[in-house]
Formats: sequence, C-alpha cells, structure tokens
Amino acid sequence: MSEEMFPEPEWLSEEVKTGTTIIAVTFDGGVVLGSDSRVSAGEAVVNRVMNKLSPLHDKIYCALSGSAADAQTIAEIVNYQLDVHSIEVEDDPLVCSAATLVKNISYKYKEELSAHLIVAGWDRKKGGQVYATLSGLLTSQPFAIGGSGSFYINGFVDAEYRKNMTKRECQEFVVNALTLAMGRDGSSGGVAYVVTIDKDGAEEKCVLGNELPKFFDE
Amino acid sequence: MATVLQFPANISTLNNYNDLYPDWTQREVSTGTTIMAVEFDGGVVMGADSRTTTGAYIANRVTDKLTPIHERILCCRSGSAADTQAIADAVTYQLGFHSIELDEAPLVQTAASLFRDMCYRYREELMAGIIVGGWDPRRGGQVYTVPVGGMMTRQPVSVGGSGSSYIYGYVDSNYRPGMSKEECLKFTAGALSLAMERDGSSGGVVRLAVISEQGVERQVILGNQLPKFSTV
Repeated sequence: MSEEMFPEPEWLSEEVKTGTTIIAVTFDGGVVLGSDSRVSAGEAVVNRVMNKLSPLHDKIYCALSGSAADAQTIAEIVNYQLDVHSIEVEDDPLVCSAATLVKNISYKYKEELSAHLIVAGWDRKKGGQVYATLSGLLTSQPFAIGGSGSFYINGFVDAEYRKNMTKRECQEFVVNALTLAMGRDGSSGGVAYVVTIDKDGAEEKCVLGNELPKFFDE
Repeated sequence: MATVLQFPANISTLNNYNDLYPDWTQREVSTGTTIMAVEFDGGVVMGADSRTTTGAYIANRVTDKLTPIHERILCCRSGSAADTQAIADAVTYQLGFHSIELDEAPLVQTAASLFRDMCYRYREELMAGIIVGGWDPRRGGQVYTVPVGGMMTRQPVSVGGSGSSYIYGYVDSNYRPGMSKEECLKFTAGALSLAMERDGSSGGVVRLAVISEQGVERQVILGNQLPKFSTV
C-alpha cells in the first residue's frame, strides 16, 4: 500500500516543543535573561533561530519553554492583560504583577498546558527581579533556569552564581551557562539570545554560534 | 542520551500494589548514584556518593561504590546494585586469572574490555553503568567508561549515574587537561557535592580514591565537610 511505502515523517505529527534552555539572573540594578534558539518537533529542528525571550512590557520579559504553542499563547495573553492593567494604574506595571498574571493562567489550566515561563524585569519598587512560574507556582529567586537543557547546568549554576555580580559578569555567566547546556542537550542549540533589562530599558543581543565560548573538549 | 534515571525502564515492578506493605519492599535495590573519574598525569582520581535506595527508602547510606578489581584498578558502579556487584565479581575473577597467566599487572584497558564484553553480551538483562579507572605501567592513569548498553570508550574525565546529568555543565566548564592530583581531588569532590545536592538518589558521604604507581589511596569526606556552594 502506498502509505506504507512512503511513511509520513514522524515530525509532522509530533508536537512542536521548544526543547530549550532558558535562564534569568538578577544583578544590582536589573536582570539578564538568556535562551537558546532551537524549536524541535520530534527529531526535526523546525526553527533554529527562534527568539524565546518575549516582551511582556517595556521592562518586563519572559522566557518560553515547553510546548511552543502553549508558551507563545500565554505570553500574548499576558502581554494584553498587562497593557490594560498599566493603562488602568497609569504607571509601569510591577514585575510581580506580570508574574502573577502568568501564574494565574499556568495554574488554572495546568492540566491542559505544558509550558514553563520565567518572568524577569525591572521596576521602580524592587529593582531587578526573577520569578519562576513552573506548573502554576510563583516564586521570586535570585536566578532561575528552565527547559530540558537546564538539568545539565544545575551543578554549574549552583557553583558559579554569586550575589552582587556586575552586569557584565551576569551576561558572561548567562552565555556560559547557555553554551554548556547547548553542548549537552540535543533539544537545545543554535544561537544564544541575551536580553539585559535595567532602569534605562531593555537591550537585546544575539550571540552567534562561532562567538560562543569554547570549553576543553572543542 | 543522558536522562535523569530515577528508575530503569525495564525493571518490572510487582503488579499487586498493596497499601499494607511499604513501597520499598516491592522495589529493586538501585544505586541511584553519582560517580566520577578523572585522569591526571601519574594516575586517576575516582569518586562516588554513598547512597543505595530501594524506592524512597535508603537501604544503605554509607555504600562503597568504588570496588577494587585488581591491585591498581577500581571500578565505580551505578545502576542496579545486584547487577553491578555480580559483574564486578565476575570481572575480578577473570582479571585475576588473566594476570596470573600473563605473570604481570593487567592493563586497565583489559579490565574495561572485560566489563564491556559482559555488559554488551547481556545488555537486555542488565542495568549497569560502570566507570573503570586505574594505573598500569604501559599507559599510566586511564579512565574508561562502560555505560548502559555496553559501549566502551576512554575519556579524560567521565561522570555517570542519575546525578551526573546535573553536573555536565560544571564538569565541562571546570575541567582542564593537565590538572594536578590535588586539583583533581578538589574538582571531583566539588562536582559530587553539587550532584548530591540536586539528585534525590545521591547523597551521604563522598568516597574518593587515588590510584597511581604507588598504589591506591582512599579517603572519605563526611557530610559536614563537603564543599559548600552558596546560592543564597
């Protein structure tokens, strides 16, 4: 039969996931967010340059992981809700508010959704903050990692993170962590996107593959 | 493909789930584990945690997972405790016999090959991840890894067990070729502490062994003496 002779490639029916490594770190005066750029459907890489750092507001970003559709939808909905909220209060929203909105969706639909967003940004009240919203919990942390690639860098971030790093050191820490995770996780790869947020705004940067740091076995 | 191995996929859990009996009476004994070995100029440093679990119960909190195979060859065991003990016993016997025939110290590669032959031949029945380390006069300090499935490869630094997933990043970034014995010891102790902190199946004390031309030197680092990495 013709269907058996030319079987449909698996990736057409596999869910599109952002395999992923995401990380967000606070420093005195702001936050640095980082992500890889690989989106996979089964074994195929369907997008090798996806930016998983999505703006929720001028100085609040979120990092997407898990199911690509779920994560993007949550980010869009929260972006809209945050716009409405900031018009109502006539001020920039707090990072905590953004994180709470994400948490509310993640928790209410936790059975249907499979996405994990890390929310990070800067506001006037508390400065740089990072919130993890895995499975509908909400917790503020000095730094957070997520995605399949994050397992491999747990030891690294535990060992290397120090309080009160400068902005430059944070950016290097984020790029190193992403590179190590991309080196070991098949679902993470491509380029590294880095966003730095402080009182002056958000600065986006893309570090290409050949500019990433090299470790001993390369 | 490295994944967090809480329970091996091919272990059959008993079908009768009975509330009267605690979970651990129906679970296989597993060395959850984090194991590691590093080559340096003149020898190898081998390390392991000390926790053996049956389900959620810690059957042995001071296990010795660094098993001597010959005078200057040790192996680190991870996976099913029964399987790895049986394989180690068999290889110890075979290597002892081989060394008598040869009338000289066996090569580390020979020991690793014996592990590989057994792990590959019986790959469907076994669940064993083994790291072989030692010193021989021909090639000095060597580390060979024989993961689940039965492949064998020599690596300057190798990690294994369920806790190893968490420290790949740390090992990749901190290992440099040409480290001294003390640096290797510190590196191994640090890596194992980090893994033990994050992996529920690893814990207890850190057991270290240094193998060189002089022989085997063993140490234990107790829980309160482990290196601390502050993240707060």
